[in-house]
Amino acid sequence: MRNEPNITPAQVAEHGLSEAEYQTILNVLGREPNLTELGIFSVMWSEHCSYKSSKFWLKTLPTEAPWVICGPGENAGVVDIGDGKAAIFKMESHNHPSFIEPYQGAATGVGGILRDVFTMGARPIANMNALRFGAPEDAKTRHLVAGVVAGVGGYGNCVGVPTVGGEVNFDAAYNGNILVNAMTVGLADADKIFYSAAAGIGNPVVYVGSKTGRDGIHGATMASAEFDDATEEKRPTVQVGDPFTEKLLIEACLELMGTDAIVAIQDMGAAGLTCSSVEMADKGGVGLDLDIDKVPQRETGMTPYEVMLSESQERMLMVLRPGSEDAAKAIFDKWQLDFAVVGRVTDTGRFIGRNNGAVVFDIPVRPLVDESPEYERPWVKTSAPAPLAAVTAPMDHMAALQIMLAGPDLSSRRWVWEQYDNSVMADTVRKPGGDAAIVRIHGSNRGLAITTDCTPRYCLADPHQGGAQAVAEVWRNLTAVGARPLAITDCLNFGNPERPETMGQLVGCIQGMGEACIALDFPVVSGNVSLYNETHGQAILPTPAIGGIGVLDDLEKHADLALRRTDDQIILIGETKGHLGQTIYLRQLLQRQDGPPPPVELAVERHNGDFVRGLIAAGTVDTCHDLSDGGLLVAAAEMAMAGDIGLDLNGPDDPGFWFGEDQGRYLLSVPATLVDAILQQAEKRQVPAQIIGRTGGETLTLNTCEPISLSRLRRSHEAWLPDYMNSN
Amino acid sequence: MKARVHVSYKTGVLDPQGKAIGLTLKNLGFAGIGEVRQGKLIELELAESDANKARKAVEAMCEKLLANTVIENYAIELDNE
Amino acid sequence: MKASVIVFPGSNCDRDIQVALANSMGGPVEMVWHGQTEMAQTDLIVLPGGFSYGDYLRCGAMSARSPIMREVVARAQQGVAVLGICNGFQILLEAGLLPGALLLNAGRNFVCRDINIRVENSQTQFTSRYEQGQILRIPVAHHDGQYFADPDTLAELQAGDRIAFRYCGSAGDESANPNGSIDDIAGIFNDRRTVLGLMPHPERAADPLHGGTDGRGLLDSLVSALS
Repeated sequence: MRNEPNITPAQVAEHGLSEAEYQTILNVLGREPNLTELGIFSVMWSEHCSYKSSKFWLKTLPTEAPWVICGPGENAGVVDIGDGKAAIFKMESHNHPSFIEPYQGAATGVGGILRDVFTMGARPIANMNALRFGAPEDAKTRHLVAGVVAGVGGYGNCVGVPTVGGEVNFDAAYNGNILVNAMTVGLADADKIFYSAAAGIGNPVVYVGSKTGRDGIHGATMASAEFDDATEEKRPTVQVGDPFTEKLLIEACLELMGTDAIVAIQDMGAAGLTCSSVEMADKGGVGLDLDIDKVPQRETGMTPYEVMLSESQERMLMVLRPGSEDAAKAIFDKWQLDFAVVGRVTDTGRFIGRNNGAVVFDIPVRPLVDESPEYERPWVKTSAPAPLAAVTAPMDHMAALQIMLAGPDLSSRRWVWEQYDNSVMADTVRKPGGDAAIVRIHGSNRGLAITTDCTPRYCLADPHQGGAQAVAEVWRNLTAVGARPLAITDCLNFGNPERPETMGQLVGCIQGMGEACIALDFPVVSGNVSLYNETHGQAILPTPAIGGIGVLDDLEKHADLALRRTDDQIILIGETKGHLGQTIYLRQLLQRQDGPPPPVELAVERHNGDFVRGLIAAGTVDTCHDLSDGGLLVAAAEMAMAGDIGLDLNGPDDPGFWFGEDQGRYLLSVPATLVDAILQQAEKRQVPAQIIGRTGGETLTLNTCEPISLSRLRRSHEAWLPDYMNSN
Repeated sequence: MKARVHVSYKTGVLDPQGKAIGLTLKNLGFAGIGEVRQGKLIELELAESDANKARKAVEAMCEKLLANTVIENYAIELDNE
Repeated sequence: MKASVIVFPGSNCDRDIQVALANSMGGPVEMVWHGQTEMAQTDLIVLPGGFSYGDYLRCGAMSARSPIMREVVARAQQGVAVLGICNGFQILLEAGLLPGALLLNAGRNFVCRDINIRVENSQTQFTSRYEQGQILRIPVAHHDGQYFADPDTLAELQAGDRIAFRYCGSAGDESANPNGSIDDIAGIFNDRRTVLGLMPHPERAADPLHGGTDGRGLLDSLVSALS
């Protein structure tokens, strides 16, 4: 072992380790660590890699179903979608890097989640993203929106994976901490999934992709005396994405996966080479020897510490079958990517690194993973919100609708999604703008529906209801296009878990999510946690972003929200009590955020959804929209604008009826000849259903309000975001 | 006076464009090429005639707009220096 | 008919055009790796869309210098049909098979949307299945699609009926140009009309599930001319 100066308490603190955690390291090693070893422990035991604050609660989430092939714990979740195919998907956060450098932060976020998916043998077929920015008035917001959107597009477009949808929200709570959550869905043969458990003593460990540079090494640890090289400029901690190399890496890996060379494979994401090798060794119950000097390096003079902790992008680690190295190398040579044998699988159970023959770290694998801290952090339950105070409509409903559709919360996101290539791969069936996107399963007549959702203001008011609502709304979005919901991935974005109030939000949301997952048969198969999203004591809204997928067995039978015919009847499915607490109506027109969020009745949710899905599958219904932000009138207006067909709506004058955000509801547009049959079926199944309007004309009409022309409504709905982005 | 601002990635920041150019030059048969880095050149016409003041102004432009100092360096050349 | 699609590092619409062409032809399409120096006999060469070499340096610049391009240029000179879509159009310009250049979109952002183009010359092997003046609805998806040519080149293109498609509004008259291209140009021919480059993606409007099949006529035209 190389002789190094003793570790100081300051270095321990700079590595984000507590005194107790450092004591555990001493026990595990039976000696003092050197700096490289300290670095390895610090990244493995970081919140990001060890989930130390959330693990206790994450374990409570349901992760199993007959169609789940692989739940959380691997690079991504895998579900059986029939016909011998599997969908592999995950959502991940890249919040902090995107705030520092929005273009590269968002781009590398997309790159990272793509790698998680193709590592398991899937060709990525769709990207989505959930973006949350500060208030539009905040000085930084416009710059961050522009950079993040360009970065998401720049990476995904270049790699050639369509970005088929997502969310963009604004709220002052994100002023100091934006959220960039990226999701990728891939397609694989169900019997050709690749896992990360290393196996086969003596098998070669192979590094492929880009070279390793000093990207992403934490600034604080760089300041330590060991690396204080005064002649060098301050080293960067921002990773730069190279989507071109990623595209080559996808093709090379998939080509290699077509052979039988790969025993195990893992991408290098956060904590780079350290995390990937330790996880591969731990999952396989083996040891790993690495020759650090064999790692392809972009810069000269890199120390073992830097090589092990670098977060350079577009890299993978594999264990190959002995003797397959040359054939594998030929594939990576063809794609002009680096390929190097950097180590061997061993039976020692130790993770050992050598630099030019000298041992520079030697750590037992099992304790490095098993002894990682797990905290049951103190938490307090969020107190129940006070009842909603009386609400008086400030203006007539059509005037309210126009303001809402032309505001930051509900205006069209076209400016964003037109910067994303949504039709590359030529399998996109439903593009952004609907309840869920649909992509064809290549070469078949079946499809996958994909969506992301979360309503953070509900989660703030009542984490439990908010967590359940996020899952239920994803399930509803998939149902509204006719898909059978299969499973979800989650990206849990919260503030500082060391505050009991914040921890209470996390616990509440997870509990609510878990209940919804069970009630809807909708397990969590992958996910990620992002904590400490807090600046100057101001935490973000609790944001458990949910991404979900569902399957369509016949693409001819799916629904879309755009009205297709005149003289259709509009049927409202689900009960409307007129719940106005925590609605967009209150927030935007009355500047109020009070009352409880709409309650989620999971049994009703499932009952209503199954009814609607049945109608779509039977070919009876082809036009459907789920009700969410903004309520009934907003949903109806969206259907009219999308189809360019007017609507005449009738109902009570109560604002709760038109703007309430009661859950478990859908709007259907149905030819008059089918209406009676649908209403009879609904009555028989005890699903609330009522006719509330008729399609036709070029205006939106409600009771006795002044009608609005669709073209005028659309103009203001489309204008807000481009006007905002182009103003200075 | 004319100012030329050279913007380039900081040492250690991956330059994907430079990397791809290097690869292609190699494919075209050019040998002996080490690292390739691509930068930007921005030319500015300035009304200011005092070189010190001009440099200060261009520095401010670089910090505020022309370079992304999180990942880029800049160098300023004034034509009458 | 034999068709070949060139695959450059970073091509990402190679499979899309392969599938669409195979559907039109009713037979397989050859995929040719950019590093090859030779190519089997073929009636149609397609340079697909994508981000070859990451669009680094200039779009299409590095691909235009790939080994296979010497062969593509030679075949084009012999009169073999060559179709360049999006990035393929950029490569054709960099390779000198078509005149002009494609610049950053006037709006400076990547733009992906369905647009209308008008068929300006239906008397070619690429467009015979369309009516003169027919309006097609086809997606564009590009960052550098603003066609530019100097006045003399533009005059030559106009006088020689070499403008294949122009961007237009839904009625076919009002301008709806997504990228600021000069004279609303969406695609051009070489002087013999054996080479076509265009920014819109016909292969993404070739199947009813795409929401439209207006792009299929271009592929069907080639199949009927070259079979």
